Amino acid sequence: MATKASRSAARIMMAPAVILLLGWMLVPLIMTLWFSFRVYLPLRGGDQGWAGFDNYTRFVSSSSFWPAVQTTLIIVLGVLAITVIFGILIALLLDQPIWGQGVVRILVIAPFFVMPTVSALVWKNMFMDPVNGLFAHLWRFFGAEPVSWLSDASMGSIIMIVSWQWLPFATLILLTAVQSLDSEQLEAAEMDGAPWLKRFWFIVLPHLSRAITIVILIQTIFLLAIFAEIFVTTGGAFGTRTLSYLIFQRVLESQNVGLGSAGGVYAIILANIIAIFLMRIVGKNLD
Amino acid sequence: MARSVTPRRKLINTTVAWAIGLLIFFPILWTILTSFKSEAEAIAAPPIFLGFDWTLENYRIVMERSDYGRFLWNSIIIAGLSTVLGCIIAVPAAWSMAFVPSKRTKDILLWMLSTKMLPAVGVLYPIYLIFIELGLLDSRAGLVVVLMLINLPIIVWMLYTYFKEIPGEILEAARMDGATLRQELIYVLTPMAVPGIASTLLLNFILAWNEAFWTLNLTAVNAAPLTAFIASYSSPEGLFFAKLSAASTMAIAPILILGWFSQKQLVRGLTFGAVK
Repeated sequence: MATKASRSAARIMMAPAVILLLGWMLVPLIMTLWFSFRVYLPLRGGDQGWAGFDNYTRFVSSSSFWPAVQTTLIIVLGVLAITVIFGILIALLLDQPIWGQGVVRILVIAPFFVMPTVSALVWKNMFMDPVNGLFAHLWRFFGAEPVSWLSDASMGSIIMIVSWQWLPFATLILLTAVQSLDSEQLEAAEMDGAPWLKRFWFIVLPHLSRAITIVILIQTIFLLAIFAEIFVTTGGAFGTRTLSYLIFQRVLESQNVGLGSAGGVYAIILANIIAIFLMRIVGKNLD
Repeated sequence: MARSVTPRRKLINTTVAWAIGLLIFFPILWTILTSFKSEAEAIAAPPIFLGFDWTLENYRIVMERSDYGRFLWNSIIIAGLSTVLGCIIAVPAAWSMAFVPSKRTKDILLWMLSTKMLPAVGVLYPIYLIFIELGLLDSRAGLVVVLMLINLPIIVWMLYTYFKEIPGEILEAARMDGATLRQELIYVLTPMAVPGIASTLLLNFILAWNEAFWTLNLTAVNAAPLTAFIASYSSPEGLFFAKLSAASTMAIAPILILGWFSQKQLVRGLTFGAVK
């Protein structure tokens, strides 16, 4: 159907988007790669020549590296576990006939539209404040000592805040997947006397597997990069310094661009490994 | 897979679903309620839910003290312009990929998506440096460009999936009748594509409005949007719950309302057509 003329027109129409994205990807990427091999301290003498792989080895061997990796993993895995498990349960519930389904759906989705700085601040002050927070009131009501959440249970608190933001995303996608499930199959299984858990395990869960994989992959990419939630709550203190936050601090706070860039390259490689799996799934769907 | 159930079962489901929905929504509800309290009522123990003296005082103080209008205007300009600009660049690209696909179309689409996966923190310093060199730091123009670029892959993808659903025969018929490429684009495609483009604009406006890495790192005073306005409340002296709530409510209200309209497009936009 496509003529030669329309093909070249198509190429011209694609050009701006492709060129812009190519520039957006390559220019900073090459600069980050370049800096990562330099001794570059903007406030202490500027660019001081080649560093070889020093920045790479120093980034990994610094005492804050492994704790940051651990923190990142705990946050990502914690949020994934909470959002996927509760996402499935809520999706199954919302799929049932209920009164006011549309309104409940809106209530559940709402946190997704709250900007990250707002949700972090609201949770930090109005819920987790050890003196005036709602949790403190609740704890005192039951005769318990209020907890200073963001310093004594910092990881749990961050996971809680981020999960609240991402639960709507998981729920919405899983709900879309649940709704495409063929109900005849389930009814047949029910008539054959298969108990609820078995029906869930052998019919519902396999049907959802693709959606679950996509939720996990997309969320992982965004969760690896969470920033505002840590920036406004703990500022990386109390063991909440993730890998991205560590790189941010190296680059902008301690102005060691070489070291931070090496960290950035690690982060880019990590994100790409996950992205490859996501691309495969999305790519298959294109055919 | 919705099925018919007994009324008793439906009642139980409804109760549980509403309880969960209200629990999830509660932090937002609580913020909105607190924004109408006095500072004393906001931290009263035990907490007051509805029986307080409703007041608009906090909104007045926040608007007076912090130049809220400027932050709001920055948010509107940055999110709006970056979205519109993104669409202008993405519509022709998505159009050509949907209607004149080549062997490489799929690779190009996937590659575009992969640029979205680039961790921002990995390229923070280069962008920072480029911004200083070009005098773009703390400027709205700079943020418009950056947010346009980070959302461009999503815009192209969403438009592509919408355009794919437009039957190609209609375009062929128009071409047979002697329509030029330009006419085809303006008179045939555009009217059919408007709903898809509108949804794309809406979702990307929301994403740009809430973006909180580049907006926090590349602005100081002049170009700071609402994300930065709220972050300024994180300092201990800003710890006034009622005013914080009023500021938060003003920052999220427009987007909550827009968001409720866009929930159907959300899945398509965020899973790149992989979940339908």
